[in-house]
Amino acid sequence: MAGAGAGMSVIRVGHLYPEYLNIYADRGNIAVFARRAAWRGHELEVRAISLDDPIVPGAHDLYYIGGGQDREQLLVAANLAAKAEPLVEAVIGGGAALLAVCGGYQLLGRGYRGFHGEHMPGVGLLPLETVAGTRRMIGDVLLDCELEPGERRTLAGFENHAGRTKLDPNAVPLGRVVAGFGNDGESGYEGCRIGRAVGTYLHGPLLPRNPWLADWLLAQALAHRSGGEPPELAALPDELETRAHEVSTARAHARGGRS
Amino acid sequence: MTVPGKLISRLDPAAIDRLAARLAAGVAVISATNGKTTTSAIAAEILRPRFRLAHNHSGANLVSGIASTLLAADGAELGLLEVDEGALPEVLRRVRPRAVCLGNLFRDQLDRYGELELVAERWRQAVAELPAGTTLVLNGDEPQVGSLGAGIVYGLDDPSVARPALQHAADSKYCIRCGSPYLYAAAYVGHLGDYRCPSCGHARPALDVAARSIELHGLESVAFDLVTPAGTQRVELGLPGLYNVYNALGAAALAQALGASLDEIAAGLARFSAAFGRFERIPVRGKQLLLLLIKNPAGANEVVRTLVDGGPPAVAVLALNDAIADGRDVSWIWDVDFEPLLERLETVVVSGARAAELALRCKYAGFDESRIVVEPSLGHAVDRGLALTPAGAELVVLPTYTAMLALQRLVAGRGLAKPYWERAA
Repeated sequence: MAGAGAGMSVIRVGHLYPEYLNIYADRGNIAVFARRAAWRGHELEVRAISLDDPIVPGAHDLYYIGGGQDREQLLVAANLAAKAEPLVEAVIGGGAALLAVCGGYQLLGRGYRGFHGEHMPGVGLLPLETVAGTRRMIGDVLLDCELEPGERRTLAGFENHAGRTKLDPNAVPLGRVVAGFGNDGESGYEGCRIGRAVGTYLHGPLLPRNPWLADWLLAQALAHRSGGEPPELAALPDELETRAHEVSTARAHARGGRS
Repeated sequence: MTVPGKLISRLDPAAIDRLAARLAAGVAVISATNGKTTTSAIAAEILRPRFRLAHNHSGANLVSGIASTLLAADGAELGLLEVDEGALPEVLRRVRPRAVCLGNLFRDQLDRYGELELVAERWRQAVAELPAGTTLVLNGDEPQVGSLGAGIVYGLDDPSVARPALQHAADSKYCIRCGSPYLYAAAYVGHLGDYRCPSCGHARPALDVAARSIELHGLESVAFDLVTPAGTQRVELGLPGLYNVYNALGAAALAQALGASLDEIAAGLARFSAAFGRFERIPVRGKQLLLLLIKNPAGANEVVRTLVDGGPPAVAVLALNDAIADGRDVSWIWDVDFEPLLERLETVVVSGARAAELALRCKYAGFDESRIVVEPSLGHAVDRGLALTPAGAELVVLPTYTAMLALQRLVAGRGLAKPYWERAA
């Protein structure tokens, strides 16, 4: 049935290393993509891209990479770096959407130096570098974002990272930190985005209580699928999502991390 | 209760060392992410006829709570201490234990401890620095624990109760030596099981104390053959679930290391009833509340599995708080396999400070939104749940730690049950 009606599509998701990078409820993010796509009549087809699988530009409309501990990150870092070229081509050249959370976010930069000094090569897709610090940045966090000009939205989540991420001078952050630490605890910015790719430290998981970002990414993925503009997705009754967002926002204001 | 403990550990940090040293039979320490309260309560029941105990039975398991316990333990012979996994290194250094029982390390409260791997590393270091005479009692089914050193190794030996596959939330599924995925001849609880690394050969050590021929009796009890170097005995435990077989085995192996005979162990297990709050039934208005603590994916998965195996209820209350003792980061609920339970529920009542987050967890699992009742107040949530529960039936409540304490106070305040500290320990 899927794909039969007008405007219905199969959204092809490439989930990178799901068996290694899954520490902060990453499957919650995938579930949100799947349900919110289905409620609009689209089908989400999620395929794992693991150690032995190639990345084939054009084969996926949306990539997802989640978080892991340093140990798991170390296990996949070299493998991912070896696939940098097709991944950059798929996302930057080909316009596929991408969401990278926490550890995955770090690995999409140029590199990550872990807590024990071990160096992990990065993909170089996001213009940033990360070095592990001694004090972990842990707590509720709130961001002010403007992904589309004039449309300001907030993202509420939880962060837990030792890595300090430094954006290149011309890089575009995902948002401004309203409460919490953000990329490095001092720049006042969190995350990074380029084209249809978004990287962030926010988990919690991120998408259930911030469904607007899930919809934005789904629309980008549909644009990749169709080769046209991102479609306007039908509004959904997001009462529970709004309540969860409000509680999380209040938490960030009350007890978000301070540098 | 821990105010004197806090004071003394602040004013004189070495006081714990001296307090521990005055115990004639020494100190035994129990730590694990999941099951340490139950394991130490079972061990206490086994050992009580043999020793006068200094036991932190109320679960005060940080350094200050241990100081309080030792301070109040006039006349005690053996210290039996449940210790928080983060506090373990300091406690081991100070009390110089005679025996240490280490159960498991699961992903839990990452906001408090940082990464699981950091905790494991601190454990390895702390164990390496133990006095030569300390006996290690190790869960061999746990890759992070089984190879910590030479000692008495316990584990399950009954593939008929194994899970068909590793769970989503399995934590240490890659070889701790070389990083390759372990192969499991049997996976029992989370990543606990009979593992072997196909690359470097790191494998579960041989078991000294094992559970065989395990029978799970729904929400009521378990029975198994307790196999030890001193012989084998069939035992019954009035607690449900495979995770409690681990708790009983750890307690039995520790008690044996402290001199208990197989008969004493079997008698202690028979006397044992649930440790406070970890598994409780409370009668309320002709119905029954069944409280099952959930606190991390591995533990909650076992609670769900036990509920489903025991004939799942039509209504359940899930209660999620996010205080420090619960973990401020609530993302772990997305790693719990609630689906087998949700598939069988007619109504789910979600409660606690993060009720809305739980509601989303159920909604995105595909649970019909119209059958989700969002009631952040715990009292109201229990009332709603009871109203939906038929007379004579049982309302299952799955609370996180502070939600469980609040529920117990609430029920006690209505004159329905005694608070745990007024019951026989």
